[in-house]
Amino acid sequence: MTFILSLITFLPLLGAAIISLFVQGSDLRASENAKRVSLVTSLFVFFLSIFLLSQFDYTNAGFQFVEEFLWLGFFNYKLGIDGISISLVLLTASIMPIVFLSSWGINKRVKEFLIAFLLLETLMIGVFVSLDLFLFYVFFEAGLIPMFLIIGIWGGKDRVFASFKFFLYTLLGSILMLIAMIVMWDVSGTTDITKLLNFKFDHKPMYFLGIFMPVGMQTFLWLAFFASFAVKLPMFPLHTWLPDAHVQAPTAGSVVLAAILLKMGGYGFLRFSLPMFYEASLYFQNFVFLLSIIAIVYTSLIALAQTDMKKLIAYSSVAHMGFVTVGVFSFNQQGLDGAVFQMLSHGFISAGLFLVVGVIYERTGSRDISSFGGLTNNMPSYAFVFMIFTLGNIGLPGTSGFIGEFLTLIGLFNENYIYAAIAALGVILSACYALFLYKRMMFGDLIKESIKRIADLSLREKFCLYPFVILIIFLGFYPVIVLDVFSPSLELLIEGLE
Amino acid sequence: MLEFIILSPLFGAFVCGFFHKVFGEKQVIVFATIVLLLSALASWLIFLGVFSLNNDSKILFAWLRSGSFVADWSIKLDSLGKTMLVVVTSVSSLVHLYSIGYMENDHNWGKTDLYKARFFSYLSLFTFAMLVLVSADNIMQLFFGWEGVGLASYLLIGFYYKKPSANSAAIKAFIVNRVGDFFFLVGIFLIYVTFDTVYFSDIFLSLETSNRTFDKPIFFELSIVEIICFFLFVGAMGKSAQIFLHTWLPDAMEGPTPVSALIHAATMVTAGVFLICRFSPVFEMAPVTSSLVVIIGSSTAFFAASVALVQNDIKRIIAYSTCSQLGFMFVAAGSGFYHAAIFHLFTHAFFKALLFLGAGSIIHSMHHEQDIRKFGGLRLKLPWTFVMMLIGTLAITGAGIPLSYYIFGFNFGLSGFVSKDIIIEGVFASTNDFTPFAFYMLIFSAFLTSFYSWRLVFLTFFGQFRGNKDVFLHCHEPSWNMLIPLILLCLGSIFFGSLFEYSFTSEKYQIFADAILLSSKNTILHDFHYVPLGVKLAPFGAMLLGVGLAFYFYLFNQKAPILLAKELNILYQFLLNKWYFDEIYEAIIIKPIKFISKTFWQLGDIFIINGSIHGLAMVVIPKFVSLTSKAQSGFVYHYALVMIIGFSLILSAFVFYLIDY
Repeated sequence: MTFILSLITFLPLLGAAIISLFVQGSDLRASENAKRVSLVTSLFVFFLSIFLLSQFDYTNAGFQFVEEFLWLGFFNYKLGIDGISISLVLLTASIMPIVFLSSWGINKRVKEFLIAFLLLETLMIGVFVSLDLFLFYVFFEAGLIPMFLIIGIWGGKDRVFASFKFFLYTLLGSILMLIAMIVMWDVSGTTDITKLLNFKFDHKPMYFLGIFMPVGMQTFLWLAFFASFAVKLPMFPLHTWLPDAHVQAPTAGSVVLAAILLKMGGYGFLRFSLPMFYEASLYFQNFVFLLSIIAIVYTSLIALAQTDMKKLIAYSSVAHMGFVTVGVFSFNQQGLDGAVFQMLSHGFISAGLFLVVGVIYERTGSRDISSFGGLTNNMPSYAFVFMIFTLGNIGLPGTSGFIGEFLTLIGLFNENYIYAAIAALGVILSACYALFLYKRMMFGDLIKESIKRIADLSLREKFCLYPFVILIIFLGFYPVIVLDVFSPSLELLIEGLE
Repeated sequence: MLEFIILSPLFGAFVCGFFHKVFGEKQVIVFATIVLLLSALASWLIFLGVFSLNNDSKILFAWLRSGSFVADWSIKLDSLGKTMLVVVTSVSSLVHLYSIGYMENDHNWGKTDLYKARFFSYLSLFTFAMLVLVSADNIMQLFFGWEGVGLASYLLIGFYYKKPSANSAAIKAFIVNRVGDFFFLVGIFLIYVTFDTVYFSDIFLSLETSNRTFDKPIFFELSIVEIICFFLFVGAMGKSAQIFLHTWLPDAMEGPTPVSALIHAATMVTAGVFLICRFSPVFEMAPVTSSLVVIIGSSTAFFAASVALVQNDIKRIIAYSTCSQLGFMFVAAGSGFYHAAIFHLFTHAFFKALLFLGAGSIIHSMHHEQDIRKFGGLRLKLPWTFVMMLIGTLAITGAGIPLSYYIFGFNFGLSGFVSKDIIIEGVFASTNDFTPFAFYMLIFSAFLTSFYSWRLVFLTFFGQFRGNKDVFLHCHEPSWNMLIPLILLCLGSIFFGSLFEYSFTSEKYQIFADAILLSSKNTILHDFHYVPLGVKLAPFGAMLLGVGLAFYFYLFNQKAPILLAKELNILYQFLLNKWYFDEIYEAIIIKPIKFISKTFWQLGDIFIINGSIHGLAMVVIPKFVSLTSKAQSGFVYHYALVMIIGFSLILSAFVFYLIDY
């Protein structure tokens, strides 16, 4: 029990070690075995995280399952979870088995592929459970490497360009964050996040390099963290790496990127920017709102003009993450609840959408919307699944997408009703691009010769997709089940702000 | 009981959608139909008071709880809900029954296609969503139903997904409705922020108890209540296809005809009227928005009726007629006469469903021909359908015995006669600033209604057959399961007006007392009885004039309409092209949005954002690198190196100076 978080975090790494040590050769059987090992490992992690949830104390808003020990005398290894992080751990743990199942068809450097994903899983969970500044940074930063390799090795035609773009954008932000972390450590004398949450960073004007600064140190720290999280999320205008990365990434890579990696940005805002630099957050509130609203409207409009399915979904992701940032920076219960809920919901919906794209990409080798049409005729199950994801993306009541968008908009409305009204325009625009995508691909007669014999979902694909369908609808009707998990922690966060 | 009524359609939809392969297609659609017939029976028993229910809301389970925001799944059935319940389940069950015959051997599908189960699953899903809408006790759940019916409507309009026109119509319906939903959503936000609750009873309670605060002007002369009502009303306009947001309704006729009868005539499109009646206490405090409702309603009544005059597609004529009748209902609601709005909604559901299903029978027997110019003389071939359509037309145009109130003590006539006349009298009696405008618009619309309805009947059933002779020879009456719904709807169209007038609009015995709360100044239930005789006779006169003119044009002198169309060609084209709304929207909304989205992408993302960053990365930094290191091949590695060096410099400076402090 005491080490359950470490176990969950490092179990995938163990799986990776097993694959690299015990699965020999590169023939078909070896790669089958490797796939099995990774699937079983990720399922173990999933069940462990469910067990974790069953042991989780809903009434305790603080950190639970805390593990701490000093390593090499100065490196403070500290893990722990609260309602926010357990939600994201669960998201990660539930998506990874499906990621492995969906990439059963991969045949290029299978072992390395699986190891990269297992490593990635460890690092992603690590980000959400670490309670030490530098530990967080290590997990946060190291996650770049497997993703960089996944895009760069198993990606599409322009994979090298895309992976470098991804890497450099994210690295640029992270380095600023690292500087800020060093400063924080220097000023407060600790890297323990729980202690930093109660530390007040100076917000008074100061001298820097002998120059008078009208704003305090908190502002600089906030900006440095913002640079990192805004790239990760991504926020306008730092979002252009995302469409490129998605288009080039293999399906599994896109799923992890959209469903989990983007959430690190939102998590970072909730864990650091808001509670540690509240004055600065307040100072930049309008700035963040403005960027987010631009993201919602601008990227939704861009999504309308796309001809590549993955690009369209990538742009729609940017728009949906805009709701997360407005929710976070509204500083009220509905906004924050909505932001976390939106992260989970978007995790499932975007994962589903990228898998749906992957299904026909595997069959036809094309992502161009105009090369499809009338798929419903041959693929009724596929049409059903795709429709549910589309509705979730639109944010129809009864799907999880609605809850997140609605709560964040209520939160924003409490702060600024004009902004909220503009952001709500996203409701119309998302219906436009999502339904046009669906119409162009699914409806009409099956005319094109290349797709006349296309087959419906296989059993494996159904196993990948139906869990998301069920989750999206279930969470749409009964969101309280997850709201209860993270609401108390967010309440505590808000209390701490004043 | 209530749970059964509301959840059984969902169960039916589920069985049809997922288990048609297990149980067989025929079985599941019959199952769905029987389930709905039962729930219709149950709702009639509740409506007529055989079972008495308490009006309290029954909470099923939690839905959304976040801080002070609470909205649970619950069922609440007051008088307004009961009325809607009857309308929805009756029409829906009859449409289900009718569709068993209508959807048999659909020529759009092959023999092996399992399209029927899908169709019934959507129909039942729609019914479920509509029942959730009418039984909601908070605005969130109402919005869920609101969007759910929109989804079902989208799926059913696009039911023939191989037809590009059906797909476009479906998307158009969804998106135009979404524009309305956007306003509805803002309305919900405003309600929550103002009242700190989304429950109807709590909203109305806080309006009553702290009257003053909500009346204060906050935006020019308008109070917060006015603004809330405005946003809700625009939402209602989208769903109820009022002018400016009406363009989707005629196109929605791409769906199978039973769908048009159920969704686009009897139930979903009346949800907007229901919404306003549900919020009657709020609208009572918003005179300005109520005036807007009256203006929009009467404009729609007139606009749609004028377009219906010259259309040739039988379904589109009835669609515009629906649009126009919805305008009547809105005028009533805007005038504070919510009872009449609901009453007209109630009667309209029956005669409009009758007209649509009758049209469906014609289309079915004419091998999917919908152009009335190709009909003619069908009364001999389709005598039953003819009688039904005749009754429907008499009901919508308002045939009855004028002034019978003074003889029998109640208005004697077909249902439309009673409900429409009450609206017109109520509008005249109301104290709104726009009363004269609305009154004359409605009288004129009643005249147009009579004209286009009879035009349809005369062109379809009288004269010579003008289409393909083969089709005429083979055309025959539909099967019994299509005729029975027609007969039942006929009974409703004939009797429900006279039968229910007293209970709906009586001042003494207000059945809506628990749902429609009038302000003390609103005495319309009393006033509408005391209008001048001329006002009482006007709609009947307008109706007679319309019949006469239609008779002259289409039976007596058939050259007259052609000559008139030539004479007034500009007006004719204007009406034929539906006032050019679609063309204008294409030019001022759709084209600019397409242009903007392309521009944002190409100019914004690719040129400016990517361009500047790539420029920095690919041109400036390599230049810098080549200058300093004199290396020519400065690719990514080089500027990564430079970057790291640079950052470590900044970092050390930063740390150094901070430590200094």
